[in-house]
Amino acid sequence: MSILASGSFWAFVGVVAGIYTILALGLQVQFGFAGLLNFGQVAFMAISAYTMAILVVKEGWSTWLAAPLAIVAAAVGGLFLGLSSLRLRADYFAIVTIAFSEIVRYVATNDTSLTGGTQGTIALGPIGTASEYNGQWSRFEGRVQHALGFSSSDATMLVIVWAVAVVLLALTWFALRTPWGRVLRAIRDDEDAAASLGKNTFAYKLQALALGAALAGVAGLFYAWEFSFFSPDDFQPLLTFFAWMILLLGGVGRVWAVPVGAGVFGFIFAGTRFLNFPPFSWFASDQRAYLRLIIVGLIILALVLVRPQGLLGNKREMVLE
Amino acid sequence: MFLQLVANGLVTGSVYAIAAVGVSLVYGILRLVNFAYGDMMAFGALIAFGVNGPLHQSMVVATLAGMAATAALALTLDLVLWKPLRARRAGFMSLFLASIGLALVLRQALLLAAGSQPRSYHVNPYRVFVLGGVRLSEQQLIAIVTAAGTIVVVGLFLTLTTVGRVLRAMADDRSLAAVAGIDVGRATRLAWLISGLLAGLAGVLAALVEYSFDPNFGFELLLPVFAAVVLGGIGSAYGALAGGLALGVAQEVSTWSGFAGGVNPVYKPVVAFAVLAVALMIRPQGFFGQARTG
Repeated sequence: MSILASGSFWAFVGVVAGIYTILALGLQVQFGFAGLLNFGQVAFMAISAYTMAILVVKEGWSTWLAAPLAIVAAAVGGLFLGLSSLRLRADYFAIVTIAFSEIVRYVATNDTSLTGGTQGTIALGPIGTASEYNGQWSRFEGRVQHALGFSSSDATMLVIVWAVAVVLLALTWFALRTPWGRVLRAIRDDEDAAASLGKNTFAYKLQALALGAALAGVAGLFYAWEFSFFSPDDFQPLLTFFAWMILLLGGVGRVWAVPVGAGVFGFIFAGTRFLNFPPFSWFASDQRAYLRLIIVGLIILALVLVRPQGLLGNKREMVLE
Repeated sequence: MFLQLVANGLVTGSVYAIAAVGVSLVYGILRLVNFAYGDMMAFGALIAFGVNGPLHQSMVVATLAGMAATAALALTLDLVLWKPLRARRAGFMSLFLASIGLALVLRQALLLAAGSQPRSYHVNPYRVFVLGGVRLSEQQLIAIVTAAGTIVVVGLFLTLTTVGRVLRAMADDRSLAAVAGIDVGRATRLAWLISGLLAGLAGVLAALVEYSFDPNFGFELLLPVFAAVVLGGIGSAYGALAGGLALGVAQEVSTWSGFAGGVNPVYKPVVAFAVLAVALMIRPQGFFGQARTG
């Protein structure tokens, strides 16, 4: 039980919850405000993380130039997906977005000369060298840690991730109160009515998709920096489903419900590792990994069945149809 | 070489086709894109393994057991999950998310119960038949013959029997069918029964063709199956059949060296989606689907 009391463990849970907050915030913009069923969100994380790592390791770019470009790359990925498939019916669009994320993962797995393939980012550099993309980031983190007077790097990362998350949440909150945000919600509620008022609904939906993709790109960068290594297997569709669960847990259509959902999710996901009473104690630790995902699946089912507006959602504003 | 690739494509395609009809039937009746279908296929394949391996029954008995068990699973899930959701008038979004949750539960439960190690049926993988320059393994031949038989039976069933017509009527317009006196609840259970039987069969055949399989293999098959369903037009059973066969052949033929050097075989799943993307640009509702919005 000692790990439960360890501050660095809970700091790690908090960092992961912060990364998921940013990822799910992108979904909130796309689905909660524009009604888009994007099930390929993890692809934009992958695009951004790989763009940054490749530019830093292979092209020798500065992290501070590579990171913004990586976010732009994720947004461009969103534009590409939207331009090719936003005109499809909602159910076709949902399927195409999952397919898109799987194709991105396939390319990352098999195009070894570009991405290092299944060996992950460690194989990005020339053969015989173990490549690393986060040198500059670690130095930056060290300086922040020194400035804050913290003793652990986990706590430092916690502060950085959540500071960025809060800024992004606030920006999104303001963006949705502008005329632009009101048009998005009008499109979500009745696309024909919005179109009849002369709004170019396709362009608005495209912007929402690209903005959500850029947010996923930010999450991808922090994911890369937090773990110092990643491979295509880190970007399974499962991650997208986690983000959807966070969105449902918190509440659809509410910006500030996202961190609440992510916090509850992080707690459940990390906490179930330590359930040491029956029936959990009957299983070996590798089997408990399966059990944990069963619990995640059951929570999704329970939410859809019992509380489709989420914990903090407003039934009148937005109910999952 | 080209003919061999077409033959291999027809084998894969016929497995896709059976699964795609199962997905499409349920979509037509319930507007549910069943994300858990791949895991239902894996369930059927594993039950058949239990009957074939530890219980030493023939492959035919094992296949029938796998189909029956998967159909029972489908009917149970309808009772405990889909029926309450219908009662709540859940829309496409809720149903899709629920099927994602269900897929997680099913696959992890299979992994928990059966472990992640690969398994194979008791069959001889080295017996090969040569038909006019094309070499097919016994399993491939069994898969393609069974699939062809199933496709004919399902096609005749939908076209000629009253129940088949009821199912197609409901796919066209659910409320109109209800007004015309069709027992919607009974037809729904029937759709799940057939969909479950087809999932079990497709799972066993896919496991036979791939020779070795684990509980994750159903999910890996799901996306090509979805592509086949969308290609044919969601909800159209005949479209799903054609879409499955077309995708299977397109995937294999794309690796042909006469075709601009051929695509690297690892990109076969990507080919399926490239075909889908091009097809949807030409015909956004799929090849047999109805033009409809929302």
